[in-house]
Amino acid sequence: MDDVATYTDAIATFATGLLQGDEVLLASFDGERSDFIRFNGAKVRQAGSVQQLSVDLDVSSGAKHATATLGLSGDRAADEAAVRAAVESMRQQREVVPDDPYFLYATEVTSTEHVNAGTAPAGDTIIDTVRSEAAGEDLVGIWAAGRQFSAFANSLGQRNWFESTTFNLDWSLYLHADKATKEGYAGFEWDDSVFAAKVATQRQQLEALRRDPVTLSPGDYRAFLTPSAVKELTDMLAWGGFSLRAHRAMDAPLLKMVTEERSFAPQVSIREHTAGGVAPNFQRQGFLRPDAVELISDGRFADHLVSPRSAKEFDVPTNGAGDYEAPTSIAIDPGTLSGDSMTALGTGLHIGNLWYLNFSDRANCRTTGMTRFATFWVEDGEIVAPVTALRFDDTAFGLFGDRLVGLTDTSEVLLDPLSYGARSTESARLPGALVEDMRFTL
Amino acid sequence: MALAEDTLVGRFTALMPSGVDHCSMRHMTETSEQLLVRNGVVEPIHTSVDGGVLVTVWAGGGHGYAASPDTSEAGIQAAIERATLWAHRTAGVGAVSTPPVADVSGEYHSTIDSPWASTSLADRVDMLRRHEASLRTDDRIVDSHASIANRTIETVFVTSDGAVVHQSQNHVMPDMRVVAHADGMTQIRSFGGFSQMGQGGLEVLDRFGFAEAAPRLVSEAIELLTAPNCPTDTMDLLLAPDQMVLQIHESIGHPLELDRILGDERNFAGTSFVTMDMFGSFQYGSPLLNVTFDPTVDGEMATYAFDDEGTPATRQHLIRDGVLERPLGGASSQRRADMDGVANSRSSAWNRAPIDRMANLNVEPGDQSFEQLVGSIERGVYLETNTSWSIDDSRNKFQFSCERGTLIEDGELTTVVRNPSYRGVSREFWRSLSGVGDPSTFEVMGVPNCGKGEPSQVIWVGHASPPCKFSDIEVFGAES
Repeated sequence: MDDVATYTDAIATFATGLLQGDEVLLASFDGERSDFIRFNGAKVRQAGSVQQLSVDLDVSSGAKHATATLGLSGDRAADEAAVRAAVESMRQQREVVPDDPYFLYATEVTSTEHVNAGTAPAGDTIIDTVRSEAAGEDLVGIWAAGRQFSAFANSLGQRNWFESTTFNLDWSLYLHADKATKEGYAGFEWDDSVFAAKVATQRQQLEALRRDPVTLSPGDYRAFLTPSAVKELTDMLAWGGFSLRAHRAMDAPLLKMVTEERSFAPQVSIREHTAGGVAPNFQRQGFLRPDAVELISDGRFADHLVSPRSAKEFDVPTNGAGDYEAPTSIAIDPGTLSGDSMTALGTGLHIGNLWYLNFSDRANCRTTGMTRFATFWVEDGEIVAPVTALRFDDTAFGLFGDRLVGLTDTSEVLLDPLSYGARSTESARLPGALVEDMRFTL
Repeated sequence: MALAEDTLVGRFTALMPSGVDHCSMRHMTETSEQLLVRNGVVEPIHTSVDGGVLVTVWAGGGHGYAASPDTSEAGIQAAIERATLWAHRTAGVGAVSTPPVADVSGEYHSTIDSPWASTSLADRVDMLRRHEASLRTDDRIVDSHASIANRTIETVFVTSDGAVVHQSQNHVMPDMRVVAHADGMTQIRSFGGFSQMGQGGLEVLDRFGFAEAAPRLVSEAIELLTAPNCPTDTMDLLLAPDQMVLQIHESIGHPLELDRILGDERNFAGTSFVTMDMFGSFQYGSPLLNVTFDPTVDGEMATYAFDDEGTPATRQHLIRDGVLERPLGGASSQRRADMDGVANSRSSAWNRAPIDRMANLNVEPGDQSFEQLVGSIERGVYLETNTSWSIDDSRNKFQFSCERGTLIEDGELTTVVRNPSYRGVSREFWRSLSGVGDPSTFEVMGVPNCGKGEPSQVIWVGHASPPCKFSDIEVFGAES
C-alpha cells in the first residue's frame, strides 16, 4: 500500500462497481503511518510504529441508508471482500429501517487535493536530540510524527484527498511532584534551534518553580491565561456551544447568547478557521468546508456549525460541519495587549495551563477545572512563587465577557497532540487573555 | 479479517526472530453494531469491523512495537522488522530494560445467555423505537434518544515463551437520554449517565431494566424543571451506585495506577498524590472502605482471565479496611517498581501498546440496607447519575455534579433538588465514608470511555458498588 491515494481510489471504485439500481455510495478514508516515542525521565518508555487505514461507507437507496466502518489491511483481495460483504450487509439493513428524513449528501461534484509535505527526524535522531537537549532534566512526553491522510469519494465521481506529514513533540520538564513546565513543538519542518529555545525557556521557569509554593485561599483573583490555558476554555465552548443540534435541543452552553442576548466582550471574535488549520476541508457527506465560519463576532453569537444532518432537520444550509458540529480549527482574533504578560498582569495569577475542565452549570456556560503546570503568583510584574493547584469555577460569560480586560496582540498556533484512535488533525490559533476577578473555589 | 487462532500462532511461530530477548504478538479484532433512535427518527444502522496485530520485540535491553492491519505472513514479518528496529533504537536509553515473562496459556469468553443474533435486526430496531417513543410523552421533552450497541472484542496473544491466550469479550451498552425544557429551564435525565452496561448478550438490557426506564426518566426530568436548586451547605452525602462509579473511577482508580505513580502520565493524564511508600500503611479511607481489583465478576465490563501482557488475572484487595495495600500496576510496572500489583496491563485497540489501566475496580458491600443508610442521615442529600466530573492532576481536589438530588431530612427522603454538585479532596473524602450498602444494594456497572496514555487510548472499565454515605461534605447548586 505504498501509494495510499491510488489504493483508496481503487477501493472506492470497486465499491461503486457493486452498486445496484439507484444506490449511492459515500466513502471516507482515514489513515496514518506514525511513529510514537514516549518519554519518562528523559528515557524512552515505549516506542513504536502504527500503520492503519479505515473506510466509512454509506450506501443509500433514496432516503434509506446504512453505514459501516471497515479497517483496511492493504491486501487488495481481502479488503475488496470485506467491502463486498459490508455493502451486501448494508443492503439488508436498509430493508428494516424507514426512510431517514434527515439524510443529506453533496450532489455537486467538487474534487480537491491538498498535500502538506513535511519532513521529520527519524526516531533514533529524535531520541538523541531530545535526550541531549534536555540532559539533566526530568523530561516526560510524547513524540508523534509521520504521514496522515484523509480522502472522500462518492459514486457521483467526487474525489477529495488530504495528506500531511507533520511532527508533534508534547513534553514537560518536571522539578518534583506536580511542579513542572509544559511545552509543545509541532509543525512540518523540524528545527533544532526552535526546540533548544523552548527548553531554555522552560529551564528559566524551572528556576522560578524551585521557590516555595504559595497556597492561595479561595476567592477572586486577577489572572493572565496563556494561549494554552485559553484553549482549555475554548474546548469547553466547542462542546456543544456552536452546535445547531445542541442549540435546538436547548442543551447548548452558549444557548443564552441566542435566547437571552448574553454576550462576550466586544473584543472577542471567534471563528472556525479551516483555511488556517491543518484539518481536511471536506467532511463525510462530501461537503466542503468554507475557509472560515464566523461563530462569535464582536462578542455576539454569529453562526452555528451545521452538519448536513442538522441542515436537513432544521431547514438551514450546512456549512460543512462534521457530525459533532464542533470546530476543528478554532481561532480567536488577537486583541491589543502588548508586551510582557507578567507586566500586563501586574499582580495576580499567571496561569500556564488549565486542566480537566467540565461544566458545573452548562446553562450558564459555567466551567470548573484546575490550574496546572507553570502557574505563578505575580506581584508588580515579577514572579513571587509557584502556586499550589487551584480549582476555578467560573462562567465564560464573565471570563470572555464583562471581566475580560484584554486579549494579547499575538496568537499561538496549537496543534492538538491527542491521538485517540489516530493522530488528531485539530488545531487552534489563540491569544492570551487577561481577566479580572477569576473565581477560585478550592 | 478474523483469522483462526492456529493460523495466527503458526504464522508468528514461524516468523519469530532469533537473536532477540523476547517477542510477542497480539491480534485483536473488534466488531460492533450500533442502533440509535433520536426524536422518533431511526438513524442509519452502523456496523464496524477493525483489527490487526501489535508485535513487541525486546532486544539488547531495548524494546519496541509495531502495529499493522496486515496479518499476512509478509505483514507480520514487516511488523517484526519494524519492532526490532525500535528495540535497537531504544537499547540503553529505555525506562524499562528487563523483558517480560509470559508463559501461561489459557482462554476466556464472556458468558452470553441471550445472544445478540437471537433476535432479528428488525426486532431490535422495533424494540428501540418503542422505548424511544416512550421518552416523548410530554411536550416539555424537547430532545430524546435511545441507543444500544453490541461489541465483540477478540484477542489472540502469543509469546516467545510459548504462551497462547485466546479471549473474547462481548459488551452490550444501552443508553437513553431526555432533555426537558420549559420557561427557560433545561434539565436532563439519562439511563445512568451511560454507566449501565456489561458483558453478556441481550440479558444485559434486562439486568438494568432498560425496557422499563423511559417513563421514570421522563417524569424525573419534568420534575426537575420546577424543583428547587440544591442548597449550598455542608451536609451528609449519600451517593447512588451510578455516581459511585465515577467517584471510584476518578479518586481511587486513577490515583492507584502504578504507571502514574512512576511518572509515565505526568505530561498528560497526570500524576498521583499516592507515592510508593504509602502501600501497606496509608489510611486511604475510613475502615469501612474495601476496594478490590476483581476480573472474575461475571458480567462486569472488564472481566477477563489474562491482561494484554499475558499475566493471569486474579482478584486482589487494593484497599482493605481503609488501608492501602497494592497498586493498579501490570507486570512491566511491577518490574520497574519492584512491587506486587495486578493483571491490568491493557490496550484499548490493536494499534496501541498496553499500559496500566483500571479493569474491574469495585467497592465491596457493607452491612447497611438502603433504608438504614437514609435513616441514619439527619440532614443530607442523595445524589444520582453523574453529569460532570473534574479533578486535579494529582487526583486530589475534585468537583462532581449529578443529574438529580433528593434532600434527606431526619432520616427521610424529602424534596427533589436540581443541579446538585459537591467538592472535596480525595483522601479526606474517603476517610469521611460513614456507611456502605449491603449486598442487596450492590450494582455492577461500567465506564466505556476512560482516557489516558501517550499515544492516547480510550478503554472500557467495570465498576461495582453499593450506595455509600459520606459525612460533612461541601454541597452546592448551580445558578440556574
